[in-house]
Amino acid sequence: MMTLLPKTHIDFVKKRFIFFTISGLVTLTGIISLSTKGLDLGLDFTGGTLVQVKFEKPVEISVLRKALEAAGIEAGIQTFTGGNSFALKVKGALQSVNETADKMDAALKAIPGNSFAEEKRDYVGPVVGRDLSKKAIFAILLSMFGIIVYVAFRFSNPVWGTAGVIGLLHDVFVAITAMSLTGREVDLVVVAAFLTIAGYSINDTIVIFDRMRENMRNFPKMHMGQLINMSINECLSRTIITTLTVFVTVLVLFLFGGTGINNFAFAMLIGTITGVYSTIFICSPIVFQWEHRPK
Amino acid sequence: MNKLHWKIGTVLGLLILSFWLLYPSVEWYTKTNDDRAKTEAMRMRPKRILNLGLDLRGGTHMLLELDVEKLDKKEKLNDAMTRAIEIIRNRIDQYGVGETPISRQGERWISVDLPGISNTEEAENLIGKTALLEFRLVNTSNEAQAVLSKVDGMSEPPFDKAGVLAPEIAKMLPKGTMIYKAAAGAEGDRVRYYILDATVPVTGAYLESARVETDRQFGTPSIGFTFNKEGGKLFENFTGANVNKYLAIVLDGVVHSAPVIKSRIGGGSGVIEGSFTLEEARNLAIILRAGALPAPVSIIEKRVVGPGLGEDSIKKGLGASLAGFVLVVLFMMIYYKGGGFIADVALLLNFVFLLAAMSYFSATLTLPGIAGMILALAMAIDANVLILERMREEMHLSKPVAMVIPTGYDKAWSAILDSNMTTWIASIFLFQFGSGPVKGFAVTLTIGLLIGMFTSVFVTRVIYEFWLTSNPKELSI
Repeated sequence: MMTLLPKTHIDFVKKRFIFFTISGLVTLTGIISLSTKGLDLGLDFTGGTLVQVKFEKPVEISVLRKALEAAGIEAGIQTFTGGNSFALKVKGALQSVNETADKMDAALKAIPGNSFAEEKRDYVGPVVGRDLSKKAIFAILLSMFGIIVYVAFRFSNPVWGTAGVIGLLHDVFVAITAMSLTGREVDLVVVAAFLTIAGYSINDTIVIFDRMRENMRNFPKMHMGQLINMSINECLSRTIITTLTVFVTVLVLFLFGGTGINNFAFAMLIGTITGVYSTIFICSPIVFQWEHRPK
Repeated sequence: MNKLHWKIGTVLGLLILSFWLLYPSVEWYTKTNDDRAKTEAMRMRPKRILNLGLDLRGGTHMLLELDVEKLDKKEKLNDAMTRAIEIIRNRIDQYGVGETPISRQGERWISVDLPGISNTEEAENLIGKTALLEFRLVNTSNEAQAVLSKVDGMSEPPFDKAGVLAPEIAKMLPKGTMIYKAAAGAEGDRVRYYILDATVPVTGAYLESARVETDRQFGTPSIGFTFNKEGGKLFENFTGANVNKYLAIVLDGVVHSAPVIKSRIGGGSGVIEGSFTLEEARNLAIILRAGALPAPVSIIEKRVVGPGLGEDSIKKGLGASLAGFVLVVLFMMIYYKGGGFIADVALLLNFVFLLAAMSYFSATLTLPGIAGMILALAMAIDANVLILERMREEMHLSKPVAMVIPTGYDKAWSAILDSNMTTWIASIFLFQFGSGPVKGFAVTLTIGLLIGMFTSVFVTRVIYEFWLTSNPKELSI
């Protein structure tokens, strides 16, 4: 039998304040980053125009910027490695469908000695963006509520469900923080990643809670701290293996999946790690802390 | 036959069903592009196949908003939306592109997915034109002439950007008339205006057909139209009562021509002349035939993906997914040996079942959809890891193989059920987004989780039970 880990006896509960502190610091970083740098919201939410072009010959970004500025367009320019492709973005435009894009085309055509093909053209009207943001928040709130209700029902204890949701919020917040710190763009697909992280995080937590539930039945007199430690240790090799399989898959997507899915994969990478972390170091200790609160 | 035979039968039956459901999709996508285009043109496209999203095949996605304020007060919103969708579908069908999903989104939005259209401007005109055809009398009174000469003398057009008439012009207009712009003539020409009666005796709603006609002398294209019986009668009476007056033909608020009525026009047909190109005339005829939209629509979202970019992302996305899949499969086999192999078989079945289910529902596979699939598969693997770890624990207690297996399943079940259910709850709410990319993700995740629970628990257990009949002494996990 091949094993990653020998039988472990790590006292996770005892060290909980270290991890509470770490999570507190990360959360603080997130709050600071979000309030100073903010989030780079994609066209999906802000509305605007994106044109992706591929030039025949290499072209300097400064040349592009100059050409666009000459036409009075202030666009964000993104390059892709291994090609002469550029994504030009103007956010929050209120113009009609093709106005901005056509202007960009004209400006780029003025660049001498090079020609380009339009690979992609997006226009999102301002109403659409607002509608999507509303729906995103709505979906997140509803799913969290659904999860708390389900977990409370299955574990006959609302504290466990709440601990699970705190872990889930923690993980999504860490992922959002990572997006903010790296300046990556948050579009609809990344929101899908956030929701997946939420689902994955709760999935992981439930597995440990399930073991705790079982051990409580088998050892009703056991001290809560000991019981939580035992449960986490028993599940540890499963936790690591599962995380590893997901992590590897997402890592491959991140490295080789192409630009369309890169931000999604990045958010998922962060989410996979923090998902396991929160299960072991946050959710279970919260249950312990609650049961040992000063009465 | 015992219980086990039934179980094996169920799995094999489902496998055969899946292959049967998958066959049309496989056949469709192994055809050459030309063959596919031909079949689509003949409307022989198989119904129950897996569709590729625009991000994978290239094309144009548009979101249209119906201008509800301009809707006829008597018309209910739901009826108007249904009618608008029908008319847009009609226009696209006549234009002749492949499978085009058109659906209502929210209150007053319509989503149109045009695959592989390169000339999006043409498509925009085709879909976005209201195509309201009206016949109105030209007002030639002295007051009207005065208004026109005043407008001619102005340096600015009489309408502002929002289309509101300048108040000094509005004051001068004779009672019961309106001012209309004429269709643009040759370049450099001044924009001309007409003063028309506000009452509309005949509209395009009475049209039976419309077609492109070319002038025999000059070869310039025009659009010939025929009224239905009722419209023909109305038109005949109207022209009969207004001989020697000018009749303006107004399309979407623009006067295309205003010929003089020489005599009563019977037979219920006529011609719209103007400076059309052949393409324009062809598209106009299409939208006139398909009918007018109940109110104007505006494009509030448009996404064009070039076919090259689609191919590129499908190659990269699929390649990476495949690599991840292979890595996981290999890891399971190395780490859990025989048990890992069985989990891999289940994973493969999961994949086949998932694709078959998606083909049956004619679901659309998008890039985020592939991501959702990967997640569902990862969760299925997790279920097997849970079971295998439990089995290992039981083996440490030196239990016989025949006991290890059922206990492993029993103990892992509650964790598998609860973890899958919670993720499932989250994925169900993703449907709330309604919009293309996220919906694609939610579809594969939701179906994938359900199938994953079946394959990773039921199917693997059937395999173990079948294996147990040989009375093995050792379990390879």
